[in-house]
Amino acid sequence: MNLKKSISFLILSVCGLVMVIPFLWMVTTSVKSQLEVNKGNVGFLPIEEFSIYSEGEEEYRMTLIKDEGDSSYVHLFNENMERISSYKKIPNSSIINKRQFKFHFNNFVVAFNKVPFGRYFLNTLFVSISVVIGVLITGSLAAYAFATMKFKGRDFFFYLFISMMMVPQPVYLIPSYVLLNHLGWIDTYNALIIPWIANIFTIFLLRQQFKTIPRDLFDAAEIDGCNRLKILWKIVMPLSKSVIATAAIFGFIGSWNSFMWPLIMTDSPEKRVLQVGLSYFSQEASAQTALLMAASTFSILPLIILFLIAQKQIIASFASSGLKG
Amino acid sequence: MKKRKLDIGPYIYLLPAAIIIIVFRLVPILLSFIVSFFDWTVLGPGKFIALQNYSKMMHDVEFWQSMMNTFWLVIFVVPISLVLSLFFAALLNGIKKLKSFFRSVYFIPTVTSMVAISIVWKIIFNQQTGLANFFLENLGIDPLAWLAESRGIFQLLFANFGIDLPSWLGGPSLALFCIMIVTIWKGLGYNTIIFLAGLQNIPNVYYEAADIDGAGKIKQFFKITWPLISPTTYYVLMMTTIVTFQVFSQIYLMTGPPVGGPLGTTKVIVYFLFEKGFGESNDLSYASAIALVLFAIILSLTMLQKRLEKKVHY
Repeated sequence: MNLKKSISFLILSVCGLVMVIPFLWMVTTSVKSQLEVNKGNVGFLPIEEFSIYSEGEEEYRMTLIKDEGDSSYVHLFNENMERISSYKKIPNSSIINKRQFKFHFNNFVVAFNKVPFGRYFLNTLFVSISVVIGVLITGSLAAYAFATMKFKGRDFFFYLFISMMMVPQPVYLIPSYVLLNHLGWIDTYNALIIPWIANIFTIFLLRQQFKTIPRDLFDAAEIDGCNRLKILWKIVMPLSKSVIATAAIFGFIGSWNSFMWPLIMTDSPEKRVLQVGLSYFSQEASAQTALLMAASTFSILPLIILFLIAQKQIIASFASSGLKG
Repeated sequence: MKKRKLDIGPYIYLLPAAIIIIVFRLVPILLSFIVSFFDWTVLGPGKFIALQNYSKMMHDVEFWQSMMNTFWLVIFVVPISLVLSLFFAALLNGIKKLKSFFRSVYFIPTVTSMVAISIVWKIIFNQQTGLANFFLENLGIDPLAWLAESRGIFQLLFANFGIDLPSWLGGPSLALFCIMIVTIWKGLGYNTIIFLAGLQNIPNVYYEAADIDGAGKIKQFFKITWPLISPTTYYVLMMTTIVTFQVFSQIYLMTGPPVGGPLGTTKVIVYFLFEKGFGESNDLSYASAIALVLFAIILSLTMLQKRLEKKVHY
């Protein structure tokens, strides 16, 4: 029995390592110097190999130009890697080869400032939060109507919405572009927010939850003089907190990570969201591996932090999305 | 009896969502049919060309290549992802300690953005400075070209044994295989969670009864677990299929230049329609027609799976 469990742990550990290796390597490469990466130091440790010329107390970084047996011509650099002396002839005995750990945290600063990542972050945050708020408002109103009210065309609208959930994004992407272009919304925040402030899945999710609330509660509230909106706000919403959290999590993650839509609907750097900005950055800096890894790291960091804080809730949310299938 | 006035209240509640969904979903969906029948560029509608876009598609070599690549992707990704995620879910279901830790570890790729992880994987598969060749080197295996390799994986495999497979039997290119790995890796956590939820719903008494009857673990899996999680299996099958048909970001970020390379062996259908619609030719109507064909394929596969699901009813 114990052996079986141990084998389970072993397999899960090895495969779990495989799952996170890309992230580990991303982080360790992000703190290497580009020079080391280009030299072929591919492993997980940010080790630097370099030579130093020591002259009494002073030490200088150097690059070798020509080796003449017992002496060499070198360039010397100060600690900021600025060249301070060229083609200097020095004795080989004063050259020391060094190998040391060096973390280039500076890569993060350089990558962040190379393109306006700050702006991209703010854009993404603004769009994602707007979308989540919109989705929750329109979704709870519509779900409330679907779940608790009788009206003509209710089932028609409900099944119309549900059937549209099946349509894949590429189908409505192109006509949406035509439509938004017609409205003059291409390259505006409107194009990123407005089409997404109602979400069919959220309506479905909330409707399922609202239906579970006993009708007696509504009747009692009505006798107490509550109108519909007050019942929704005072009774239904507080009883549905966890499902609302689920909807908000889905909305936020989906909006934060969406790529193809903003790629097509925006042009100017001012309107770029993080994913689009990162994509352009990866083309501009394609040879600068360390910077790309740094940019990737800080791009996924907010969601990783969110995930680590609320992992139970997030995983439960995703798991619940499958049970209705 | 007083006739009740029409209560407009419910419609007011429905209105905000309905406006958005009708204007930005229903209208575009209907519009996509119309656009596909016209010669429509970014400047606006041109003349009515009926089914010309669809007949053009049938003769478009690039379209068929993209279709083929997409099918390869689905054929590899869906079963492998299904088997692996069920396997991990079964292992997770059997342990108590560290269960939520492992679950989170497997789930991390699901919440991270495809853009960032595509950039990371592209560097992993870099020939000179990538991790993939670093591992091969340490194992004493010759380095591979990965994302730059247009030869098929079967061709490469058989070449090791000195068999020269013709290219039409070569299978998906190694570059497309890299895309498959990333796609499976990204979706594995989600599928595992779904399977785990399915497994936890199976009452333990069945297994206890089977233990008493002396049924072995493997027999128990095929006689109890597999039939009882079949609704979950169908859900995972369907979702993974739908998502894999729409792969875009990994192709856009990891392959090329030009995107879809080498030799068009990683060009998938959604990238193809993106390129037609928003690339140089800017042919929105052709792109729309391609999207509708993709939709028809996904829809018919979904129907087929639904029918199979009904037949295999426990």
